[in-house]
Amino acid sequence: MESNIRKELVVSAIENGTVIDHIPAKSLFPVVRMLNLEQTEGQVTIGFNLDSKKYGKKGIIKASNQFFKNRDANKIALIAPTATLITIRNYEVVSKQQVEIPDTIEQFVKCVNPNCITNHQQITTKFSVIDKDDLKLQCHYCEKITGKNNIEIL
Amino acid sequence: MKNRSLVSITDYSKEEYLKILDLAEEFEKNPKQSILEKFVVATLFFEPSTRTRLSFESAASQLGAKVIGFSDASNSSVSKGETLKDTILTVSNYSDIIVMRHPREGSARFASEVSKVPVINAGDGGNQHPTQCLLDLYSIRKTQGKLDNLNVAFVGDLKYGRTVHSLVMALCNFNTTFHLVSPIELKLPSYVKMHIKNNNLNYFQYTDLNDVMETADIIYMTRIQRERFSDPIEYEKVKNAYILSASMLDNCKPNMRILHPLPRVNEITEDVDATAQAYYFTQALNGVFVRQALLATILGVK
Repeated sequence: MESNIRKELVVSAIENGTVIDHIPAKSLFPVVRMLNLEQTEGQVTIGFNLDSKKYGKKGIIKASNQFFKNRDANKIALIAPTATLITIRNYEVVSKQQVEIPDTIEQFVKCVNPNCITNHQQITTKFSVIDKDDLKLQCHYCEKITGKNNIEIL
Repeated sequence: MKNRSLVSITDYSKEEYLKILDLAEEFEKNPKQSILEKFVVATLFFEPSTRTRLSFESAASQLGAKVIGFSDASNSSVSKGETLKDTILTVSNYSDIIVMRHPREGSARFASEVSKVPVINAGDGGNQHPTQCLLDLYSIRKTQGKLDNLNVAFVGDLKYGRTVHSLVMALCNFNTTFHLVSPIELKLPSYVKMHIKNNNLNYFQYTDLNDVMETADIIYMTRIQRERFSDPIEYEKVKNAYILSASMLDNCKPNMRILHPLPRVNEITEDVDATAQAYYFTQALNGVFVRQALLATILGVK
């Protein structure tokens, strides 16, 4: 109970916006980058290495007045599959959802194949997710498979 | 299929393969027809490939089309740093169809997305070479009288050979039994084997070429390249193990034919050339008819 109180103190409640909880600690900053929160004007509170019963150390992001489209939210599932997305309005939780790996991924993953055209010209990467459990992404262009251990975020 | 690009062999269905093969047969009977006189075919070879380029240009010329393009990127604006997108957009202003070969994988798919005219992939790095695959299917059907229920052996470099991957995938439509002969280091990649399994077909793996001589209807030979081996000693060990010579053909089936995407180096000895089993040079000729069928179909003439 006490640790819960302390967490609330560290990461304060927001009036409107989105809370992303249960981010594996090591994925916290990549998620921040992925959602482009470094560029935002609004208030963002970030908690890093917080204790989590389930995951050991976790991260949390509270972004005031920001609401993510499903498409954006789901892309974080690639690096933070345990994350939950909580929408807050007027201090109340209006929805809570587990992120889901989407069927296709555009833009922010680098193709593992050094000879892929996307690694040599200004081309937006595009993948279809061919295995969600044992994450495997097939490049739309070179058709090579990027596995979960090779995923590099652009 | 009219106006549709052909980038990957999986872009076409089984019925579409068969339609192209049937049409190729018509062109084989009558290869000189003035049916593409109104069209301009651009052949953009960002890396040299004499055989494929000449085969396409011959196919187009025999049907009366005008051919423009370049045979080497160093002779084009690419050497000035032009992006692929700009080259394709420009050339698609000048032509009705683009045939391209490019060293980067995925380049043809990208080109097909920016181009205003359809694109035929004539090889994108180690990825796809669908017209080779169609001419292989054509050659198999021609020599065996059918495509269904055959025993097809693939020999040599099954790991990096793109022609092998595409042909295996295409043959999965025809109830093929696959016999895979290669050194351990150059086995067929697991994603291609998965494709065979997902189609409920069987494959058998061997390291000795002699083991398939009596069962195969088709032996598809490929070249083993030294640079594919991380350990040069491994290459020395296997380099002579996958050479097909006339003396090995004693117990083969009478209908068996040997295919090879060419160029060969030493993996088929010259004494095989005179045997009834040798088919690789005719196979290359078939490429012209298949490419005529593709050009005519995509340009909407047939």
